[in-house]
Amino acid sequence: MTTSAVTACGLGKRYGRHWALSDCTLSIPAGHVVGLVGPNGAGKSTFIGLMTGMLGPTTGSIEVLGGPAPNSLAQLARIGYVAQGTPVYGGLSVADHLRFGAHTNPGWDAALAAQRIQDLGLDLRQKAGKLSGGQQAQLALTLGLAKRPELLILDEPIASLDPLARHEFLQSLMAAIAERELSIIMSSHLIGDLEQVCDYLVVLAGSRVVLDGPVDELLACHHLVTGRRRDATSLPPGVQVITQSHTDRQSTFLVRSTAPIIDATLAADPVDLEQLVLAYMGGAARTSPALEAQR
Amino acid sequence: MIWMTWRQFRPAAITAGAALIALAAAVAATRPTLLSLYTSAGLPACHTGCATDANNFLGSVQSSYTGKIFYAGIGIMYLVPAAIGLFWGAPLIARELDSGTFRLAWSQSVTRARWATVKLVLIGGATMLTSGLMSLLIGWWSGPLYQAANQAGPNILSISRLSSKLFSTTGIVPLGYAAFAFALGAAAGLLLRRTLPAMAVTLAVFVAIQVLVPLLVRPHLIPPVQTTRAVSAVQIGPATLEADGSYRFGLLGISGQPGAWILGNRLVSAAGQTLTRLPSACTGLGPPGSALSSCLARHGIKIAVSYQPASRYWELQSAETSMYLLLAAGLGGLCYWAVRRRQRAA
Repeated sequence: MTTSAVTACGLGKRYGRHWALSDCTLSIPAGHVVGLVGPNGAGKSTFIGLMTGMLGPTTGSIEVLGGPAPNSLAQLARIGYVAQGTPVYGGLSVADHLRFGAHTNPGWDAALAAQRIQDLGLDLRQKAGKLSGGQQAQLALTLGLAKRPELLILDEPIASLDPLARHEFLQSLMAAIAERELSIIMSSHLIGDLEQVCDYLVVLAGSRVVLDGPVDELLACHHLVTGRRRDATSLPPGVQVITQSHTDRQSTFLVRSTAPIIDATLAADPVDLEQLVLAYMGGAARTSPALEAQR
Repeated sequence: MIWMTWRQFRPAAITAGAALIALAAAVAATRPTLLSLYTSAGLPACHTGCATDANNFLGSVQSSYTGKIFYAGIGIMYLVPAAIGLFWGAPLIARELDSGTFRLAWSQSVTRARWATVKLVLIGGATMLTSGLMSLLIGWWSGPLYQAANQAGPNILSISRLSSKLFSTTGIVPLGYAAFAFALGAAAGLLLRRTLPAMAVTLAVFVAIQVLVPLLVRPHLIPPVQTTRAVSAVQIGPATLEADGSYRFGLLGISGQPGAWILGNRLVSAAGQTLTRLPSACTGLGPPGSALSSCLARHGIKIAVSYQPASRYWELQSAETSMYLLLAAGLGGLCYWAVRRRQRAA
């Protein structure tokens, strides 16, 4: 039984002089819907390229489902991948895509694929190039799901979709997860999308992993603390300050603390996922317009 | 993967099939005309000394529409390998890289090694089949022409299967050219990652190769025959007087060697030394002709010729085809290696 979806150790990828991902060490347990979030250029696609075997690491190592990044038939069959921009063959019909999946995957679930296409209301004879962006994404997702992978990796699958298509895509993804035990790793720069579906979070900023863990644990140990204006050093011990802001009279801290904050002069409130992610992206979030906090 | 490769190739296969059918129809429709010209020139009944009849036949072909068809066939055999390289080779991998569909293909349960192998071998095979069939059809149509040209010696249509213009359009060489153009296109597409630049590079390189090989490589595939003949034993064509005063003949043919591909010639003195100028006694005799020939003969001057005899046609064909197939295999291997290597590096 595999307990780890992805394990990385000192993983790094360099293009020329630029490190797209560096010093990445983490272990993502299986059985989660993992959100991989970070601003554009933070290294999300590189990380996913390394997971899917599209890229090879410059340093360190990566294991996917307890084995190497897919380069063998056995590993390829266990890992589904919906690439950025959800590419499909424009000149081929929807039915051709299903046949392609059936011909190239030993574990192909034809009934699942046919059912999904029917539920989506897609015409089998339609050329994939004539489908809307949302429909193309759904077709790519269908291919990813019907090969019956243990781990499905999606690279910004909904970035280019309109809100309705985005909603429908996430709905059908959730439905697929409900039907079958499946680990999912999905990247997005839209925190709002991830909030709906993810129970595990990996935050990348500046080509490094800055935060990772189950969402509920992360939310439980972070607090938004407000009180009369004060210095960060005057906070109770054992509290790690992530961000702070001050007005003339009031100070606000986003802190990490496993123990509850008990201080009569401070008001401690729970944080939401968006506040948490923004805090960890720190300076990158405030300077990069690419990080949109959409809902 | 075989099904998918076929499905992606289907429109191209239909185009190629339609082109082959059209070509076969054109060949079948016009060959009787060619054969009737052949018959009316009296060639079927001729066994020895047929040069006149053969020349008459070639003349009548040139003045009828069949001459244009002959040239059209040569044109087709020049275009087909280039078109295959451009439209089958260059997009083969470039289009997948360009549109991102390689990620879709590579995330199915098919290794990249197999993905590349199936594509290269199947479509590569189709290129050879297509060009081979076209060469066969056009070669069958032109058969009587080449036969007559062999009998006629230097002829009005300047046809010789060994001539640098025709050699690569006949026999099995088009097959090698097509395989090479295809692999060249595939490799260019893999390196450049975009279809249009890959097509441009493929065209440029392929045309350069088509020009350079007859000039630089083909004459030496088999060491040419070197022979020294009496001036009267060769047919001297136009001559050029170089700026430095040296004199060069264009040889049209060698007696007893019809259809030979003449690579070079020089005048040699009775003592065996190369002459770059005509002896002064033989200058001013006008254009090359019997007066000049007999003057040169009187001075004991002979002509040294290097040539490929017509009998080496198939030997040269197989040598050149092998060369192109080897190049194609090398480029195909490069594609295979590079696609596999992408697992390890960007």
